[in-house]
Amino acid sequence: MLKISETDEIIFTPELLVKFNEILLRYPEDRQKSALLPILHLVQAEYGWVSSPLMDKVADFLQLKPIEVYEVATFYSMFFLKPPGKYMLEVCRTGPCCLVGAEKIMKHIEEKLNVKEGEVTADGLFSWRGVECLAACGMGPVLQIAPEYTFYENLTAASVDELIDRLRLTTAEKAQIIL
Amino acid sequence: MGRKLLLENINVPGINSFEVYRKHGGYRAVEKALKTMSTEDVVEEVKKSGLRGRGGAGFPTGMKWSFLAKPEGKPRYLVCNADESEPGTFKDRYLMTHIPHLLIEGMIVASYALGAKTSYIYVRGEMMPQIRILERAIAEAKAEGFLGKNILGTGYDLELYVQPGGGAYICGEETALIESLEGKRGNPRIKPPFPAISGLYNCPTVVNNVESIAAVVPIINDGAEEYAKLGIGRSTGTKLISASGNIKNPGVYEIELGVPVEEFIYSDEYCGGMANGKRLKAVVAGGSSVPILPANLILKLTTGENRLMSYESLAEGAFASGTMMGSGGFVVFDEDQCIVRNTWNFSRFYHHESCGQCSPCREGTGWMEKVLHRLEYGHGKLSDLDLLVDVAKKIEGNTICPLGDAAAWPVASAIRHFRDEFEWHVSHAEEAMGRNYGLAHYADPLPKAETIAAN
Repeated sequence: MLKISETDEIIFTPELLVKFNEILLRYPEDRQKSALLPILHLVQAEYGWVSSPLMDKVADFLQLKPIEVYEVATFYSMFFLKPPGKYMLEVCRTGPCCLVGAEKIMKHIEEKLNVKEGEVTADGLFSWRGVECLAACGMGPVLQIAPEYTFYENLTAASVDELIDRLRLTTAEKAQIIL
Repeated sequence: MGRKLLLENINVPGINSFEVYRKHGGYRAVEKALKTMSTEDVVEEVKKSGLRGRGGAGFPTGMKWSFLAKPEGKPRYLVCNADESEPGTFKDRYLMTHIPHLLIEGMIVASYALGAKTSYIYVRGEMMPQIRILERAIAEAKAEGFLGKNILGTGYDLELYVQPGGGAYICGEETALIESLEGKRGNPRIKPPFPAISGLYNCPTVVNNVESIAAVVPIINDGAEEYAKLGIGRSTGTKLISASGNIKNPGVYEIELGVPVEEFIYSDEYCGGMANGKRLKAVVAGGSSVPILPANLILKLTTGENRLMSYESLAEGAFASGTMMGSGGFVVFDEDQCIVRNTWNFSRFYHHESCGQCSPCREGTGWMEKVLHRLEYGHGKLSDLDLLVDVAKKIEGNTICPLGDAAAWPVASAIRHFRDEFEWHVSHAEEAMGRNYGLAHYADPLPKAETIAAN
């Protein structure tokens, strides 16, 4: 079989494999392909994105052809095919949120972070993008932060500033502890 | 205050835990159904209640259940559609966040009725916090003997799992959801066969919306007759309405079907009226897919009577002057909103979410987005309006699933009812970049029925 990339250097941790195997129990025996989306989510949470070697490794684990994983990972908008910032701010850009100011919030984030949609800040901490309806229209404007998917509602320029500053501070404090 | 069936206890502290939920009468429906009713009794009860699918299509739930094939030796599945993604709709998020056990309880009763031994709740992937909430609730219910082997000693076994989606609107379409649950791209299947015959893993399957499943609980507890007493005509019971946009009190409201639209918008019990002293311009009454209506048409029928929040009344006048209940995503626009911009925004949504399988939808949604973009940004032509109507018509009815229709209707209805605003964007392109068209005549008293029908 033609391999696009080397898969051998990636080793899923035993903890991750335990989770994978728990997921497999949810489906009939010959239907392990059903585990693909939940497993891709776990992989992305662990590695930050889904690279082709990771997808190949998932294919190996589920005994699928690599293409079966690629076609799924590229279809669903939640899977990152290139590394985002440590915090990926996803702002709802659909109609109802725009009625209450989502476009202004996106513009504000772009200026505050000084990177364009989809780009990553120089320190690797942040990236942002507009996403389609997050099903929280009554609390708009809203954003979520991948990979944890923490959710923030009724955004204002001030609350976004506070959020970003807090994330910066938390990261800096964590770095201090490690040092 | 209207009667609440689903959200009655939503504000009880700790209602998201098994203990508090149980203390407030939770899981009585499971006891009643499993211990005193046959599976046919439960299906019959739901049929009699008149409950209609709350996800958007409004198909009678009991009838859907009765279509489920029961071949020997094949498992049957119940899948809950919690892939809530229709712009304007956020009721399922609310319900799962605050009262998850109501959904779990409904899933147990419905699974029992359908003879399912394994059921899934397919939750949109972005709702990771809700997935964790549901998984905790399932674990609690299992520990208390309401899930797993031999539930309450009745001999009925059921395993319930939560499956995350991946952020694709199309997976709210039931066959796309099934594909996705099988680990594939969310491409809708050609019907027939319907899922009731061949669904998940080629087995008979029922897919129901979160709210439909939750509504089974009060139907079993109080009986179909009590449930059907609420509502109006063929719109029985209560409905969760997600209210958003330029209103004082956005949020999720449980209404008895039949409340006048005017009361829903202006009464303090619900939306509380328009925010910031503005006036009402338009409403999208059932999620982004349904036709948008100007203020005068959403409040009144062309006969001059009040329009009501019911399946029938919202649809009264068909496409000429009516809309649809859809999923109950009620989006309110004030006089400062631009209909052209919103139509472009919605068409971008459908272009982004088209799975790409059928060319009319794949190409048409992109085409409409492009034309609407140039209208919004001052490069439109008058002929673009007819072009949009033409493209919308050619998508409608020519695709495997209803996403094509859902993309076509908002565009066609916006041009039908707000044509002068679109024309103004062409004739006053520069001015349109700087200010909005405003309220115009959209709130004026209704023209005669014949005039509307002729348009």
